[in-house]
Amino acid sequence: MVVATRVISYREALNEAIRLETRRDPTVVIMGEDIAGGAGIGHIESVGAWGGVLGVTKSLVSEFGRQRVLDTPISEAGFIGAAVGAAVTGLRPIAELMFVDFFGVCMDQIFNQGAKLRYMFGGKAKVPMVIRTMIGAGFGAAGQHSGCHYSVFTHMPGLKTVAPATPYDAKGLLIAAIRDDDPVIFFEHKLLYDTTGEVAEGEYVIPLGKADVKREGSAVTVVAIARMVHVAMEAAARLAGEGIDVEVIDLRTLSPLDEEAILESLAKTRRLVVVDEDNPRCSVAADIAALAVDQGFDYLDAPVKMVTAPHTPVPFSPSMEQFYIPSPQRVIDAIREVV
Amino acid sequence: MDIPKEKLRWIYERMVMIRRFEDRVAQEFAAGKLPGFVHLYAGEEAIAVGVCAHLTDRDYITSTHRGHGHCIAKGVDVRSMMAELFGRSTGACKGKGGSMHIADVDKGMLGANGIVGGGPPLACGAGLMAKVKGTDQVAACFFGDGAAEQGTTHEAMNLAAIWKLPVIFVCENNLYAESTPWTYHCAASDIASRAAAYDMPGVLVDGTDVFAVYEAAGEAVARARRGEGPSLLECRGFRYYGHFQGDAVTYRTSEEEEECRRRDPIERFRQTVLSQGLLTEDELNAIDESVAREIEEAVRDAESSPMPSPAECLTDVYVDYPAAQLAFRH
Repeated sequence: MVVATRVISYREALNEAIRLETRRDPTVVIMGEDIAGGAGIGHIESVGAWGGVLGVTKSLVSEFGRQRVLDTPISEAGFIGAAVGAAVTGLRPIAELMFVDFFGVCMDQIFNQGAKLRYMFGGKAKVPMVIRTMIGAGFGAAGQHSGCHYSVFTHMPGLKTVAPATPYDAKGLLIAAIRDDDPVIFFEHKLLYDTTGEVAEGEYVIPLGKADVKREGSAVTVVAIARMVHVAMEAAARLAGEGIDVEVIDLRTLSPLDEEAILESLAKTRRLVVVDEDNPRCSVAADIAALAVDQGFDYLDAPVKMVTAPHTPVPFSPSMEQFYIPSPQRVIDAIREVV
Repeated sequence: MDIPKEKLRWIYERMVMIRRFEDRVAQEFAAGKLPGFVHLYAGEEAIAVGVCAHLTDRDYITSTHRGHGHCIAKGVDVRSMMAELFGRSTGACKGKGGSMHIADVDKGMLGANGIVGGGPPLACGAGLMAKVKGTDQVAACFFGDGAAEQGTTHEAMNLAAIWKLPVIFVCENNLYAESTPWTYHCAASDIASRAAAYDMPGVLVDGTDVFAVYEAAGEAVARARRGEGPSLLECRGFRYYGHFQGDAVTYRTSEEEEECRRRDPIERFRQTVLSQGLLTEDELNAIDESVAREIEEAVRDAESSPMPSPAECLTDVYVDYPAAQLAFRH
C-alpha cells in the first residue's frame, strides 16, 4: 500500500497526531493554558483559535469544542493533577505544560501522584495521560524558559519520557504516547517546531522505547536526543568529507531506553559519543555512558565522551547561550578524540 | 430529617466499623505488628460516613493520610484493608501501598494520600471525567484543616468552580495540622467562608453530628449531580488519637479531651436514634457484635496471609515496560 506523504512542520505533525486521536477516541481531552485560545470569547470557535504559545493545538477547539479542549487557569498543579485524576477514572487527557521549566510548581502531582499511583495501588489502576511540554535553549528565553530537564523525569519510575527530533517521529510517537496506558512526558524542542519533513497522512504509531538509526556509519556511534540529533547529523556530514563514517542514533524515547540499539551499534563502531542538551549531572547522557561501560565495556576501544550543556542554568545573552548549547564543532572535537 | 431505617443502620454500622478498626489498628501497631506508621480516624467517623452515605460505588472520593475511615465509609473491604496494613500480599494494594496509600479504585476510592493537599486536584479530574462523559457521578474530596492552606486545594477549588465540576470539597477540621492549631495556621475565622472566593456555597457543619453532616452533604451532592458545580463543607470535629501513633499529644488540653468524649459521634447517634425510637438497643448491639466479629476475622486473616514475595517489588510500576530495565543490573 502506498501511503501518501507531504512535507509539514513538526508543529503541524503534532497537531495532526492530537487531532486524529481526539477524533478516534472520545475519552481524549486536551487541556492547558491558552490551548484553545481565548476561552470565554464567543467568536473564537469560528475563526480557528490561536492554539496557545506553542501553537500545537491550533484550531482543535473548532472541531472538538470547549468540552474536550479545555483552557485552564495558570494553575499547573491544579490542572496537571486534574489530568491525573481524570486518567485514573477513565479519560485519556493530554495536558500541555507550556515550558518544562514550570515543572517546579506541579511536580508533586506528576511524580507523587501520576507516576506512583499504579504502583502504590498494587497495579489496580492505570494512568493513561500525556504531558506535552516545550524544552530547549536557543531562543533567548533565559533561565526559566529554556531548560531540557528530561533527565529529571527519566529518573522517575512510573513515567515514560519521549523526545522526538523530526516531524515524522513527532507524529508517530505522540500517537503512541496518547494510546499508551502509562503516563508519558512528551518533550517538544522549541527550535524544532518550524522544521519540516515528510510525514505520512493518517494514523501510524512509532513504538515507545525504540531508537532510530538516523545515519549509518562504522567509525563511531553518536547517540543524540531531540534537537541534538540535528547537531549530530551536521557534525557527521562535515566529518564524512574527511572519511570519518559516523553512525547517528536518535534515541526518541528516553524511558524506556533502547539499550539494545545502543549496544548493537557500539559492538560495530567500538566508540561512543553522547550528545545531550540537558545538564550533565545524573543525566540521560551519563546514564548511557554508564550503560556502555557496564554492559559494553568489551566493545570499547576508546573512552566514552559526553557532549552536554554545562552545569549552569541557561544564560540569556546570545553569545553565552550559543556557548551553552552543544554545537556541531564540539561534537566533531569529541569524535576526533576517540577515532 | 427523614432517613430510611436501612440507611440509619448502614450509618451506624460504618461508624462503628471505623471506630473498632482504628482501635484495633492502634493496638496492633503498639504490639509492633504493623510496619511504618499510621494516622487514625477515630472521632471523625460522622464526617466520612455522613458524606459517603450519599455516594455509590460509581462516585469517587479522594482522601488524606488519615484515610482508613474514608475507605470504610466508601465500602472498601475491611479484610483487604487490614491485610494491607500488615503488609500482606492479600492487601488492598498487594502490600505496595500501606496505610497512607490504601485504595480501591473499583469502589471509587482513589487512595489515601501521603501528600497533604495531594488529593484536591485528583478530585477535579474525577469530576471532569463525569462532566466530559455526561454522567451524574460526583467526586468528594476529603482534606484536613492543614491542607486548607495548600495551594493545590485553592487551585482545585477554583478549577472546579470555573468548570462547574461535580466536586464536594469536605474540609475535616480536626483543629490541628499535626500539632499546629488551626486558629494559628488559618488567617480566616473559619474555612467554610473561603468558598466565597470561589463563588460556591460554603457551610460550617458540626462534624461530630452525623445527621448534620448527612444533611449538608446531601445538598452539596445533589447540587453537584444537577451540574451546578462544587460546594465546600467545613466539618469541625476531633481526632481521638494523635496526628500519628506515637504522638504524645502534648498540645491538647484536658478540657478539650473531655469535650471530644462528650461529643462522641457514635454516642450521639445512639442517643438520637434511641430517644426517637428509630432503632432499638438490640439492633444497635447486634451491629456492634457483628462488627467486632468482622474486625477479629480481618486481623486473623491478615496475620495468616503470606507476605508478598520480594520480587513483587518489581511489578505494577507500569502497564507495559521492559522488565529488565526495572530490575537491578547485578
